[in-house]
Amino acid sequence: MSRYLVNKFLFTVDRDPDLVERYRSDPSGTVAWWESERANLLLSCTAGEASTWLEFTDAERQALVTHDHVALFEMGAHPFLTLTLWIAMFEADFDEPLGMQLDYAAKLAHFSLPYPDIST
Amino acid sequence: MAKLVAVLATTHHPFFYKTSLLPAAEAPPFASAWVSKVEAYRATLTAVRPDVLVMVGSDHFHQLWLDNMPQFLVGKAPMYDANYYNEEREFGLPRLLLKGHEGLSAYILREGIDRDFDLAFSNELRVDHSITCPIFTLRPQNDLPIVPIYTNIFAPPLPRPERFVKLGQTLRELIDAWPSDLRVAVIGTGHLSLELGGPRQFGAHGPDPEFDARAVEWIANGDIDGCLANVTLDSLHAPGNATHGFMDFMLMMGVAGYAKADYFDNLDLFHTMEAYFTWYPNGVDV
Repeated sequence: MSRYLVNKFLFTVDRDPDLVERYRSDPSGTVAWWESERANLLLSCTAGEASTWLEFTDAERQALVTHDHVALFEMGAHPFLTLTLWIAMFEADFDEPLGMQLDYAAKLAHFSLPYPDIST
Repeated sequence: MAKLVAVLATTHHPFFYKTSLLPAAEAPPFASAWVSKVEAYRATLTAVRPDVLVMVGSDHFHQLWLDNMPQFLVGKAPMYDANYYNEEREFGLPRLLLKGHEGLSAYILREGIDRDFDLAFSNELRVDHSITCPIFTLRPQNDLPIVPIYTNIFAPPLPRPERFVKLGQTLRELIDAWPSDLRVAVIGTGHLSLELGGPRQFGAHGPDPEFDARAVEWIANGDIDGCLANVTLDSLHAPGNATHGFMDFMLMMGVAGYAKADYFDNLDLFHTMEAYFTWYPNGVDV
């Protein structure tokens, strides 16, 4: 379980307009590129001082590649990060106001309290 | 000594700004009542003519990240840029530049650390909508220097509710003792019950109206002990998965002390309850 790294993916993609579109249109390629080139960058350090040990589990990689927000919720990805990025990517696919957000919630309807742990 | 002229505790709804600018024909049915309530609330701050604003909020994973996460952080900078790309994108919030009050920041940091709060600090802080929403609602002319104080209500492990109350009480003591002639208002924003990214999000009301009703009673009555007796880190999961933002209200209860709010209003919206509280610790005519 590398909940932190999943969050780092969501965080670093969501803050970059080009990456938001790239992840929406090419999730498989973006996840592979990000894990190879970005996963180990320390955000406050130079590239030469990157970490050396961070990688996704197979399940995490699969959830990100398939845009599976239900699996991400189950794994304990931070729900605010996932929601914010999903709104950016998919809200325009729905005609009704809040249509995307309500569909997103309905797909999580089988979860009851306590929700999956999000601590990192 | 400085005068603490007002304490304001409010929700921060990022869609208010955009909603308030819509032409009547395009505005949702609740918009006019919402704007009226906010304007009435704004008058509670304007009336006491503050010189400086201490503003309590929480970074929403913008500048603060899990590789280096402070629990409580005080901004100490002459200026604060504000709002982020994803807030422009999602909420239509414009970018702002706020003035800072470095002297009060330095004082709060020094004295706060000496009173057992190991406060983090930032000399280059870009604040987000937890700070700018109350600028838009309460001081849209954005003419006053601020001291931003960030709390971690977002990334567990979190400080416990008692710690938020204690920090609020400490801030009150510090401001009351600040050797200055300035008039200080403390503005803090948080949430009542709220769900984001979970199955109960964006319902017809907040996810737990019963919690909201109790929370409003605790705050309006200054019932710090009743609130602390009923609210724990674990219990806050039940009303909604983003309800830990209520701890910023608890911090503000600490600032206000055991006192009934002098002003209270609220508004039930489609996925959350808006709530507005003001205390005048030294009277409205201070």
